[in-house]
Amino acid sequence: MAPAIVVSNLCKTYRLGSRAPYATFREAIVETCRKPWKWLRGEWNRQQEQIQALRNVSFRVEPGEVVGVIGRNGAGKSTLLKILSRITEPTHGEARIHGRVGSLLEVGTGFHPELTGRDNIYLNGAILGMSRREISAKFDAIVSFAELDRFLDTPVKHYSSGMYMRLAFAVAAHLDPEILVVDEVLAVGDAQFQKKCLGKMGEVAQGGRTVLFVSHNMGAVQKICSRALLLEQGELVMDGPAAEVTTHYLKAGQIEGQFSAAQRRVQPRKVEIIDAWMEHEGHRASSFLFGDQPCVLIALAVKERCRFSVELILRQQDGLPVAFAPSGLAKEWELSPDPGIIRVRCRLPPLTLAAGSYSIDLIAAFTNHSFLDCVESALAFHVETSAIGERSWAFRQSRGQGFLYWDVTFSLDVQRAD
Amino acid sequence: MSVVLGKQEEALPPILPAAESLPAPKETTTKPVTVIRPRNAWVPLDLWEIWRFRELWLFLTWRDIKVRYRQTVLGVLWAVIQPLFAVLIFTLFFGRLAGMPSDGIPYPLFAYAGLLPWLFFANAVTQGSNSLVNSAHLITKVYFPRLLIPASAVGAAAVDFCIAFTLLLVLYFWHAWRGLIAFPGLNMLLVVPLMVLLALLALGVGLWMSALNVRYRDIRHAIPFLIQIWMFATPIIYPASLVPERYRWILAINPLAGIIEAFRAVCFGLPMDWLSLAISVVVSGAILIVAAYGFRRMEKGFADVI
Repeated sequence: MAPAIVVSNLCKTYRLGSRAPYATFREAIVETCRKPWKWLRGEWNRQQEQIQALRNVSFRVEPGEVVGVIGRNGAGKSTLLKILSRITEPTHGEARIHGRVGSLLEVGTGFHPELTGRDNIYLNGAILGMSRREISAKFDAIVSFAELDRFLDTPVKHYSSGMYMRLAFAVAAHLDPEILVVDEVLAVGDAQFQKKCLGKMGEVAQGGRTVLFVSHNMGAVQKICSRALLLEQGELVMDGPAAEVTTHYLKAGQIEGQFSAAQRRVQPRKVEIIDAWMEHEGHRASSFLFGDQPCVLIALAVKERCRFSVELILRQQDGLPVAFAPSGLAKEWELSPDPGIIRVRCRLPPLTLAAGSYSIDLIAAFTNHSFLDCVESALAFHVETSAIGERSWAFRQSRGQGFLYWDVTFSLDVQRAD
Repeated sequence: MSVVLGKQEEALPPILPAAESLPAPKETTTKPVTVIRPRNAWVPLDLWEIWRFRELWLFLTWRDIKVRYRQTVLGVLWAVIQPLFAVLIFTLFFGRLAGMPSDGIPYPLFAYAGLLPWLFFANAVTQGSNSLVNSAHLITKVYFPRLLIPASAVGAAAVDFCIAFTLLLVLYFWHAWRGLIAFPGLNMLLVVPLMVLLALLALGVGLWMSALNVRYRDIRHAIPFLIQIWMFATPIIYPASLVPERYRWILAINPLAGIIEAFRAVCFGLPMDWLSLAISVVVSGAILIVAAYGFRRMEKGFADVI
């Protein structure tokens, strides 16, 4: 039997700036006029700054295989899925797909808030590639899966977000292609519904369908998939049994641990941050579990004797600042070392962060907040999905419940007998 | 490794499709093979694929209409009110005050018959040119022929046209009953091919504008006044006969002029200007073909740029 998916030497290059939200005629005209001039000055190549989202990815998937695709944010997973579902074109290479493809990069694509649940089932089904007859045949199954019988004729805008997600997933779950391409869609809804979704995914996998499944949830990948692909910076670095690949992925994660001075915001004066890394229990690490207590180590080159303090800013994956740690607040913690290289150890409190990616800005500052050196997103790390407390509850950035677990002590204050 | 293997075996799908609840995908029919690779610059439209997605086009059109008249008291009546009031104003200013000639047809009827196809065209192009940008959430998440999005804007405008057309028939019979014009003959059926031609022209322009709008949002600002200029460059509130013979050719280049004049000629049994209609057919066809190729060329970048 022919393989379901054959991917050979797939590359995708984004021109930097082609992602820019706007281009205007004016800019296009100005650019066109400038081009020959730039070319004369030999700046042609600088124009073509590019990002390689995928580099020479090749693999094949046999019919009936359930393959997980894992990797950090920006590793190219979504780009791969987008190419396979024909949303965007590869720059080089080729993918051959045998069979009807259904892709779920998001649940509820094309849902219109003004339309009723019934209308949206048809609309969404059609957008996902189902025919009207197919949708009509599955209509009852979809409605009962979503448990929304009573609200079918209510516009979706009046639904709670949970109901919305249930309906959206219900339609998606009844998509019945030979090859299913799924992006992290299970990270929605409450725990009970997630369990139901995972169950459904498992069922689909058992049914002999070919599935390509992107997820950050290593548990789900291990449970559902027989095989996993690990992508790193656009390259396929590992391809093997799911359990092996996920374990490798969880252990490694060194890429994120590297110091990056790409976003240095000031010209360093007197003190320069030259390296930084994170440690956990004596080892370099960049991937942590909830409750871990890592350290940040900063190497600084002091060129001139001066008094300064160190500051850290924690940011979540979109760059939003989450926490700030100035060392200078404690009066005794102001440095004035001799010129040379010093190392500062910052012991973090136990991580109570939602699973996801974070970065840390490193700052060397005078106490009056004028910067000697400031490197934004100098360190990146990852908090893995893990259970918190006695109940299994995955706390993730993507759930929109914030980034910090708030350790509130709850107690019953008044109990009325009536 | 042995531990890993044990776990892996558990997760492997059974060799035989064991789950009764879900039928395994059929093996009997030959599976379609999709080859995904970078495309050459100029490729024709995949008409077969568009045909396969025709249901989606209907759904998108149906959605546009349903959403447009949702939570309105008057609902689809708006499709009639809009041209009706425009005609009232035109009749007052151009018909009564300016004494615009109207080829011997009562002016309100004359203006309404010109305005109807025009409004269809203007709505289709305006909605069409914004349609891709407004559907960014679809374009970045699901694959289907992108052409369906501007095409559904044309579809929705066509539905509005059909509703407004009923009023034209009412006005028409009323005037005929009063003896102001002759009763319509069977030649009125020629309206159908004319509207198909107009729809293709609107699709061509809509495709072009929508694709350009993805990259250059200037289009969004340019369209309203381009449409306005176009309206005055088309014999809608005035008859083509008003234009001096020497400048008639300028009018003929505008493909809309031929179509709208023909539309009125068919409705009122006026002499048909076959030459200008022929020019309209050629120009519309050329616009559609060029737009279709251009759209295909730009289509592949939509998801990355939008």
